[in-house]
Amino acid sequence: MKIYNAKLIIPGLLIFVVMATFPIWYNKGTAAPPPEPKLNTPAIQRMAEKQCVLPKDQMRTEHMQLLNEWRTEVVRNGNRLYVAWDGKEYNMSLQNECMRCHSNKSEFCDTCHVYAGLKSGSQPYCWTCHIAPKENK
Amino acid sequence: MGIKFSLLSVIALMAAVFVGVKVAGLHYFFGVVVPYAALATFLVGFIYRVLLWARSPVPFNITTTSGQQQSLPWVKQNKLDNPSTTAGTIGRMALEVLFFRSLFRNTKYEYHEGPKLRYQWEKWLWIFGLLFHYSFLVIFLRHLRFFAEPVPGFVHSLEGLDGMLQVGLPGLYITNLIFIAAVTFLFLRRVVVPQVRYISLPSDYFPLFLLFFLGVTGIIMRYFSKVDVVKVKELALGIVTFNPVVPSGIGVLFYMHFFLLCVLLAYFPFSKLMHLGGVFLSPTRNMPNDPRMRRHVNPWNYPVKVHTYEEYEDDFREKMIEAGLPVEKESK
Repeated sequence: MKIYNAKLIIPGLLIFVVMATFPIWYNKGTAAPPPEPKLNTPAIQRMAEKQCVLPKDQMRTEHMQLLNEWRTEVVRNGNRLYVAWDGKEYNMSLQNECMRCHSNKSEFCDTCHVYAGLKSGSQPYCWTCHIAPKENK
Repeated sequence: MGIKFSLLSVIALMAAVFVGVKVAGLHYFFGVVVPYAALATFLVGFIYRVLLWARSPVPFNITTTSGQQQSLPWVKQNKLDNPSTTAGTIGRMALEVLFFRSLFRNTKYEYHEGPKLRYQWEKWLWIFGLLFHYSFLVIFLRHLRFFAEPVPGFVHSLEGLDGMLQVGLPGLYITNLIFIAAVTFLFLRRVVVPQVRYISLPSDYFPLFLLFFLGVTGIIMRYFSKVDVVKVKELALGIVTFNPVVPSGIGVLFYMHFFLLCVLLAYFPFSKLMHLGGVFLSPTRNMPNDPRMRRHVNPWNYPVKVHTYEEYEDDFREKMIEAGLPVEKESK
């Protein structure tokens, strides 16, 4: 089997294979453990029934949309009252309501956001307006 | 017929995933087995295909005359369109790969009343081809955030740039819109232009539908019916680190998206999508126009037995002199 122009073809194929397998050698065979957002803040531990404004699975995937809706309601419609699916009433506020329980931004919000690649340029732009909580460390 | 067949094939593929995951619970099959098989097919098939091409000799130096070739010193050469050096050839190849130059030069001709044959610039295919390929590249690179931990910096900057409009949450990516628009154009072109429709085959429609639904499922997952991206990343990382895990509770939409990608990968080496590698092997793009400086020997050349005039004369010299015929040398 004769390969013509092997001097160009072989390096070209090597470059292709290296680029195509980038994720394989970049991770070096060890998967980083998936994040475990911590739910052990004092406020949550004091709760009798540990329940967020939406069921957990929904909260995991749709919290950003909920926050966006809250923002629209509060900023544009001046409405701060949120009636949850289970009839409970909440004050629509990221800093005063969400962060009251989830006061551990770096161990809660950030763990998943960093893992899922939401950083620097594509960071969730909550904290461009809101003040990030001061965590006592 | 080609359209229906291609569309139904893609829909059948997605339906197969839906039934497989929802009814039969084949999460491991669609999440681990199929991706590995597809990736192996892609890599092996790609290399095999390129080596197959590399085994075919190029019989001629196929010079392209799309610009002034190298000539007398006072004739200005078009060094990028008709290069005679290696550097110029690399330049031409770069223009081709990065900016689709030969597509840019595309013209269309039509009969008009008269009858007159009219030639026109035809840039739409070039524009949408370029938009499609670049948005696909950006989307492809953005997806590295699921396959690499820590996420490389360039992925972040790409995402930042792509999502700079900051519309909605999760933020709208510009390339998502461009991708769908471009794929739609490439499809409509095949349907609307009669000449193109005439030559379009299922192998033209199928990749378009595949890419369209790949994009649509991705967009639905991002903006409308969410899946848990943390679990998705766990699965993706498991695959690329050869410790496959299938976290429970990932929506069926993800498996559809992932399976369409696997089909794309596995289909790649057998299809016209191989132009990814093939563009580098186009003889009209990768051969410098230098046959007047360097002799291109056809590797196919059969070893022909020749009998030169000198040998002929050696054989018949005496007889030629006797007959009074002119000879070049009087004796051996």
